Amino acid sequence: MEAARVIARINSNNNFSGNYWHLELESAAIARRAMAGQFINIKVNDNSIPLLRRPLSIHSVSSSKIRLIYEAIGQGTQGLAKRKPGEFLDVIGPLGNGFNLSKTSSKNSLNILVAGGMGVAPLVFLAERLKLSQPLVLIGAKSKNCLLCIKEFKSLGSRVELATDDGSLGFKGKVTDLLKKTLSTIDHRLSTIYACGPKAMLKAISLIAAENKIRAQLSLEEHMACGIGACLGCTVQTKLGFKRVCHDGPIFLSEELIW
Amino acid sequence: MVKRCQPDSSVKIGRLHLNNPVMVASGTFGYAEEFKNFTDLEKLGAIVTKTITVKPRAGNPAPRTCETPAGMLNSIGLENPGIANFIKDKINFLKKLGVPIIVSIASENSPDEFLELAEILDDLKEVSAIELNISCPNLHKDKLISQDAQSTFGLVKEVRRLTRKCLITKLSPNVTSISEIAKASEEAGSDAVSLINTLGGMSIDVNKRAPKLGSWVGGLSGPAIRPIAVRMVWEVYNKIKIPIIGMGGIMDTQSALEFFIAGSTAISVGTANFINPGISSEIIEGLKKYMADNKIRSLREITGILKI
Ligand SMILES: Cc1cc2nc3c(=O)[nH]c(=O)nc-3n(C[C@H](O)[C@H](O)[C@H](O)COP(=O)(O)OP(=O)(O)OC[C@H]3O[C@@H](n4cnc5c(N)ncnc54)[C@H](O)[C@@H]3O)c2cc1C
Ligand SMILES: Cc1cc2nc3c(=O)[nH]c(=O)nc-3n(C[C@H](O)[C@H](O)[C@H](O)COP(=O)(O)O)c2cc1C
Repeated sequence: MEAARVIARINSNNNFSGNYWHLELESAAIARRAMAGQFINIKVNDNSIPLLRRPLSIHSVSSSKIRLIYEAIGQGTQGLAKRKPGEFLDVIGPLGNGFNLSKTSSKNSLNILVAGGMGVAPLVFLAERLKLSQPLVLIGAKSKNCLLCIKEFKSLGSRVELATDDGSLGFKGKVTDLLKKTLSTIDHRLSTIYACGPKAMLKAISLIAAENKIRAQLSLEEHMACGIGACLGCTVQTKLGFKRVCHDGPIFLSEELIW
Repeated sequence: MVKRCQPDSSVKIGRLHLNNPVMVASGTFGYAEEFKNFTDLEKLGAIVTKTITVKPRAGNPAPRTCETPAGMLNSIGLENPGIANFIKDKINFLKKLGVPIIVSIASENSPDEFLELAEILDDLKEVSAIELNISCPNLHKDKLISQDAQSTFGLVKEVRRLTRKCLITKLSPNVTSISEIAKASEEAGSDAVSLINTLGGMSIDVNKRAPKLGSWVGGLSGPAIRPIAVRMVWEVYNKIKIPIIGMGGIMDTQSALEFFIAGSTAISVGTANFINPGISSEIIEGLKKYMADNKIRSLREITGILKI
């Protein structure tokens, strides 16, 4: 679907825990076209501080609203946290390819969503789109305060399992180890993995998917300047040559990536 | 009633006629198709392609961009599909726009690759001009061609012999005297000079004590470099007769005007395309309004009219 540059009203922008924020924008144009896994590119302020746009995944949509969640970690996201309801943001979207849902949600296939930290952001939208198949969601984070969106996934009918590095909640260890453990206990022949999180996690999932002969769709992140495929700042190596995370991705099949 | 005459924003770069002086800078506009949803491509003065090399090039390791105060560093490393794939996959879309297409070229190993590319492009009627990118800071060479007046002269002269197309030489600001290099390009037969390419730069993540860019160093662009670019345009304008295509941190009509007043015949919009993909059309309109408001009939009237 074609992306557009729109000036969107901020409906709300709330700090919901720690450094995490919830932003809702009013844009029917983007909400109508958005697919799970796509993102928008936000001009945080009208001046050049910061200069470049910042990409954020679409977290959920309803008729004319887009919701995002973000961690205020640097100049851009901290600047975004200062923007108030009623103000307007210059955004471009929806961008990127989105998850491919054409081969999923058959009755006997299990959809497994794996999120690392902030990686929950696009997966809530995906869980909503896969609602009928009652996906299994594995969320991993450093500790329990960084486990996000558990309630949202549950209210969408997903089964949720948790992993924390420090063992403060759920499985103690990496979410990828939880994934391995889970796969060893179920019949996963027709499963598909959908994952978003840090690069090391995605790489580990690629290996797990290959070992278990499961398809995995991975949402990649790279620093990007334009977000529309022009600057070639965010390319990654694939078996089909270099591809742009912003335009050809951010979702890639694990088997096409070269790590 | 006096008929109000339309301001004429057309300009000439050598034998190349542009309907308006607003071009888009190499490497910041892809191959134009990326921008089709966001701007009136048909209205652009000219489109400069991402730099093309003989063979396909993969480019540099990630991260390739990082933001710096009022600017950005990039170390793309001339990722491009190579001349054959460019002609096969990219040129069709470009030629349908009816806008002059300027193909930027560079060599990887030997300057002879410029000659090979120029010969190929000379045969393509859809190509209006060739820009010699002898100033890319991301190839990690000890010395760029545009950092030496003699090498610049030698290369431009050889390419000049191979093509009658409008020939533009793109210069690096990473030099002691840019006007010396500009003069060498002029004497060797360049129809115009483009300035400036990015400035060599580096940014460090202090927590990791490591460079922020995957290839450690990169090229600085954006508003941060504008004063340097304006000064260089002004310096060069006083030393050469051929047209200058000015660029470096142009973000809006106001900043574009600085470049005309300093001596540019045309301007190129670079990094600003990433922030507002429709900015080039907005600047075209902004210049028309400026001309009408100030009763300027041709942009020539303001090129180099700096009052000192
Ligand atoms: C397609 C895509 C979707 C994203 N979705 C979300 C989301 O839904 N929620 C969310 O909180 N974040 C998301 N991100 C990451 C987000 O864009 C960055 O956190 C943000 O741009 C940082 O900007 P900043 O100015 O606040 O921080 P900076 O000061 O620029 O950087 C702070 C730290 O973040 C790192 N960083 C900066 N940009 C990126 C990036 N693009 N990818 C990875 N690390 C980066 C820097 O290296 C640095 O360590 C997404 C990124 C991409 C590419
Ligand atoms: C991401 C990026 C890629 C670039 N790639 C090229 C290139 O391939 N060839 C070239 O001649 N210049 C390239 N440039 C330089 C621009 O064309 C321009 O000279 C420079 O960025 C200054 O203008 P600006 O400040 O408006 O961006 C690139 C710049 C950026 C930011």
